Amino acid sequence: MLVTILFYTFATILVAAALGMIVARNPVHSALALVLCFVTSAAIWLLIEAEFLAVVLVLVYVGAVMVLFLFVVMMLDINFEELRSGFTRYAWLGWLTALAVIVEIVGVVTARTLGVDVTKGAKPMPPGYSNTQELGRVLYTDFVYPFELAAILLLVAIVAAIALTTRQRAGLKAQDVARQVAVKREDRVRIVKMEPERRE
Amino acid sequence: MISLGELLTLSAILFAIAVAGIFLNRKNLILLLMCVELLLLAANFNFVAFSRHLGDIDGQVFVFFVLTVAAAESAIGLAILVVLFRERRSINVDDLTQMKG
Repeated sequence: MLVTILFYTFATILVAAALGMIVARNPVHSALALVLCFVTSAAIWLLIEAEFLAVVLVLVYVGAVMVLFLFVVMMLDINFEELRSGFTRYAWLGWLTALAVIVEIVGVVTARTLGVDVTKGAKPMPPGYSNTQELGRVLYTDFVYPFELAAILLLVAIVAAIALTTRQRAGLKAQDVARQVAVKREDRVRIVKMEPERRE
Repeated sequence: MISLGELLTLSAILFAIAVAGIFLNRKNLILLLMCVELLLLAANFNFVAFSRHLGDIDGQVFVFFVLTVAAAESAIGLAILVVLFRERRSINVDDLTQMKG
């Protein structure tokens, strides 16, 4: 009973935050509403006993991705008023599509031919069950190659993001490794011949 | 206990809101990226719900990979956005006509 009440509370907050995100006037408010979406989703995932993913959602999304979004929104001097012109022009089409999506998916969910009983919930896990341990066991055995591919993907993403955003401009004190390696002794060392000083 | 139907309906509503958001904020590239994040979250909801319902952990592993790919996607997307803003001083989708798409 308590779980159901919590679920409906979080679901209401989640839907309200998602609606707030898409209609907010200020993109910073949008980003913060999206943070609220992720946090309430993590709470719901905790309720259905997917603990590891709930924690990962908060760490990765709220902690990294949304901070990145906020950085970009605040760093760039963007004229948002201009971007909002014609906001409601295709709104009817948007809401119509949204309604169609909801009707279709609810129709599929409530269909008797789906093969799974959608009115039942998952059985609670036995005491002592560790979601993280179970996920780690599968991830490092059955899914070890996809896991390493994901690691490579993240590395490529880091390199791509840095390569895209670095820029050369005059007056920037940057290191030129090729010139450092190619330097010769004659370029740096100057031997000075001078008379020895004489003590009186 | 939370039933599978309730979770799937919630994810459908989230997905629909994100689709509507793409229509509403079609000029603002940052909002479009955020709406894509919301779409992925709705899809992840389905994976987690079915994974728990069927007692199969593989669904949660897939959510893990979706999160990885989404993080990479938003990092590169925002990097492209920053470069674009430097070039054009604007992130309006209507201005992106260089490739005559």
